[in-house]
Amino acid sequence: MSITTVSTGHESEVSTSAHGHHEGHHEHHHEESFISKYVFSQDHKMIAKQFLITGMIWAVIGGLFSVLFRLQLGYPEMSFPILEDLFGKWAAGGRISNEFYYALVTMHGTILVFFVLTAGLSGTFANFLIPLQIGARDMASPMLNMLSYWFFFLASIIMFASMFIQTGPASGGWTIYPPLSALGQASEGSKLGMDYWLVSMAMFIVSSLLGGLNYISTILNMRTKGMTMTRLPLTIWALFFTAVLGVLSFPVLLSGAILLLFDRNLGTSFYLSEIVVKGEILPNEGGSAILFQHLFWFLGHPEVYIILLPALGMVSEILSVNSRKPIFGYLAMVGSLFAIAILAFLVWAHHMFVTGLNPFLGAFFVLLTLLIAVPSAIKVFNWLTTLWRGNLRFTPAMLFAIGFVSLFISGGLTGIFLGNSTLDIHLHDTYFVVAHFHIVMGVASMFGMFAGVYHWYPKMYGRYMNNTLAYIHFWVSLVGAYLIFWPMHYQGLAGMPRRYTDFSNWESFKNFGEMNRFISTVAMIVFVVQLLFIFNFFYSIWKGRKVTSQNPWGANTLEWTAPIRPGHGNWPGEIPEVHRWAYDYGKDGRDFIAQTEPISDSESKH
Amino acid sequence: MTTFFIVAILVLAFILVFQISKASEYVSVLKGEDKTFKQNNRINAFLFIAFLVLGLAGAWWCNEVFYDRTLLAQPAASDHGEKIDTMLWLTLAVTGLVFFITQIALFWFAFKYQYTEKRKAFYFAHSNKLELIWTVVPAIFLTVLVGMGLFYWFNITSDAPKDAQIVEITGKQFNWMMRYPGKDGVLGRKNYRLTDASNGNALGVDWEDEASHDDLESTEMHLVVGKPVQLVINAQDVIHDVGLVHFRLKMDAVPGIPTTMWFTPKYTTEQMKQLTGNKNFVYEISCDQMCGSGHYSMKGLIIVETQEEYDKWLAQQKPQYMTVSAAKKEAAPASADTLQTKLNVEASKPLAKN
Ligand code: HEM
Ligand SMILES: [Cu+2]
Ligand SMILES: [Cu+2]
Repeated sequence: MSITTVSTGHESEVSTSAHGHHEGHHEHHHEESFISKYVFSQDHKMIAKQFLITGMIWAVIGGLFSVLFRLQLGYPEMSFPILEDLFGKWAAGGRISNEFYYALVTMHGTILVFFVLTAGLSGTFANFLIPLQIGARDMASPMLNMLSYWFFFLASIIMFASMFIQTGPASGGWTIYPPLSALGQASEGSKLGMDYWLVSMAMFIVSSLLGGLNYISTILNMRTKGMTMTRLPLTIWALFFTAVLGVLSFPVLLSGAILLLFDRNLGTSFYLSEIVVKGEILPNEGGSAILFQHLFWFLGHPEVYIILLPALGMVSEILSVNSRKPIFGYLAMVGSLFAIAILAFLVWAHHMFVTGLNPFLGAFFVLLTLLIAVPSAIKVFNWLTTLWRGNLRFTPAMLFAIGFVSLFISGGLTGIFLGNSTLDIHLHDTYFVVAHFHIVMGVASMFGMFAGVYHWYPKMYGRYMNNTLAYIHFWVSLVGAYLIFWPMHYQGLAGMPRRYTDFSNWESFKNFGEMNRFISTVAMIVFVVQLLFIFNFFYSIWKGRKVTSQNPWGANTLEWTAPIRPGHGNWPGEIPEVHRWAYDYGKDGRDFIAQTEPISDSESKH
Repeated sequence: MTTFFIVAILVLAFILVFQISKASEYVSVLKGEDKTFKQNNRINAFLFIAFLVLGLAGAWWCNEVFYDRTLLAQPAASDHGEKIDTMLWLTLAVTGLVFFITQIALFWFAFKYQYTEKRKAFYFAHSNKLELIWTVVPAIFLTVLVGMGLFYWFNITSDAPKDAQIVEITGKQFNWMMRYPGKDGVLGRKNYRLTDASNGNALGVDWEDEASHDDLESTEMHLVVGKPVQLVINAQDVIHDVGLVHFRLKMDAVPGIPTTMWFTPKYTTEQMKQLTGNKNFVYEISCDQMCGSGHYSMKGLIIVETQEEYDKWLAQQKPQYMTVSAAKKEAAPASADTLQTKLNVEASKPLAKN
């Protein structure tokens, strides 16, 4: 797709080989070996791709799991012999067993929340964009950055291995509440699989901390000349707050996980008290099962913003570039990110309104939770104003960005129901919650990720992805997302509990059989279309249309001043200097003014 | 075989779509990228507006079909539930309004401001006035929602009335057990170490506490219509949750930490049958907290009835203590009155494991 509006003279053609431009003083002009280039790479761009591709593999696995358990929900009375061929005792008689169902659901949640939308999303775009957009040659510590990926890889291996042990992987839900997750007697999935889960998550947390510390120090210390904090693109602000959230909250989950490991293996009673399980009387007394939930959600809520913020940042950037207009209210956008980041730490107990939490305490969490809706509303209105009177180019990235806004609105509004403790008494742990968080976090962040991939693909691989496939991908995904999750609100309003494998024995919940069949069918179609995306992605790495101009979208940010295929170090020669913010689109009648262009005397003030 | 066919068809469709997409790329190069871009842009702009229209129509249709199957279509069966329904409608109204305004604006702008050579994008970087408006207006709406919400919240979580009937409900994998305090109105003391289901003490009641001697145990919960009831909620093994959809209530059952919840049932089961038009209507207790492989089947029943019906039911019940001591007597007639001591010995036995 060539963008026709590109007009100013900033578009010097640059050879696709960065090496051609290497001046003698540049450090990395030796030929790199395969291993150091593709495997143990310390180039932030390669590490970003490693995160992305690992994330994509996980996304396929996690998505496939959802197809499998939707099969059970959509067609509870049918049997699929092929499942037995594939999964043996887990699907005896071609039906997904209860244990299998819960293992699938748990792995689906864990994989998508942590491995895809945390590592895959932040890992990819923080690594790729931070140095390129702030004007740095690499991360503050390329070495730690590399380790961050390899810890993630290790976590992945352990989690993957847990699916092959005899008693199966963890199956108590991605929130792994004890005592269920602490007692092997209570569930197959709480046997060895749970230890794997905990160890894997510990590795994951290490990865995330190494990455996060690196992102923070890079953003704070390595900006190029002239790149003041208030000139940073919103992507960088968002990635910055994401990293801060992660660094402050993941350690708390780690402590929670370690205590759980102790309870499981060393006979401690942090979370256990007065338990009789399957007739067996346990000696543990004095622990609190609720303590775990506090520790978990102290990470868990920030975690949902860790997933969301990068998408918010990328969407802001992409909407502005493709509207050919500045983002509306830059400072308000930064301010609202900041407010969201602060509030994210103060609302965790809204997941615990019905645990017996002191109602007085609950009231504060209601107030603080609903307060988040204010910065969220600001963002939405600012995006809408950004579109208003723009000149919109519907690149695939732009489509996904617009889709993101729609989903963010839909899912954010249902948060106002759930954050209100009075309503949460009714709606907690029903399909209403499932609809809420899939729309606002699951699908919306996925859309943010897709937008980012389509937008920065030319920078990553020097080629374009196929547009027609991208359009199909977008429209099926958007329509599919609503067809799948919109009706679930009705199930939630009927009180249908989540994490049920079968509703047919319930007088109160058995009226939604057709709806479930419908949802499952759509889910399968949407899944297949995601494979189209994956295919497009890999095919285009080698066969996509070549990028011929350095700045294909006519964007202001620094990454588009680097060569089409930047080498390690990003810019041959000097790092460009920055003279203005990133959003001078359509100013003084000019289509765009790159950040590197000095402010001229004749320019109007904004 | 069918599986094979489906897979084959999928693969073919996949290849087909892919080939067409490839071809369209070549065509676009031939036609001129500029022209293709404009054409695609128009198509997508049109699709946005189509999506908006069809989406709104779809939402309406979805509501037509499914509204009656939700609880919105039937009255809440408890006083607290009514408050929750009011709050729900209020929130629906506010968020619904915002939903329609913002979604329509979004897709309308996408259509209206699609690229054309004629227009120059309007350089509009910020406006303090606008931003102030959309900070303050949502804040006001939210204040109302928070205020109302908390008013109801404190109401619902307030202390139960003095005359409330007390029922204890205990969850374990994967069923519910009820206990009634009997005539004295006091539930007997429990000690989890006394739990011994095979000897009639599934709940771990301490028979030494005289208050336990008239306690009734049951697998169903019987409640009197119009009479406040306070549930005392326990769990034995893992966390469960007492979910009462028709009353619009739920509360976790946590091992080691008893919780409570109170409400007043408004309709008997029979009345609900009529109100819902479903002759099979029952008040079901659903477990709403993931508790293991049988979670989805952890069902309990509540029967809401008139005082007379309740009294009749009550008269037929026998305190669990009597059942247990009768069984003991039968098993060892000679030492009938040593039941107490025997139980005590059992209780003080060191735990077998650990
Ligand atoms: C206006 C903003 C929001 C509010 C007021 C809000 C409120 C809530 C509340 C109260 C719950 C707990 C519901 C329950 O379990 O009963 C919840 C669940 C959840 N929310 Fe939000 N939310 C908001 C935005 C978000 C965002 C932006 C994300 C993600 C990026 C998100 C992700 C989730 C997730 C994952 C859960 C479910 C966790 C689970 O498995 O139990 N929410 N939300
Ligand atoms: Cu939360
Ligand atoms: Cu349960």
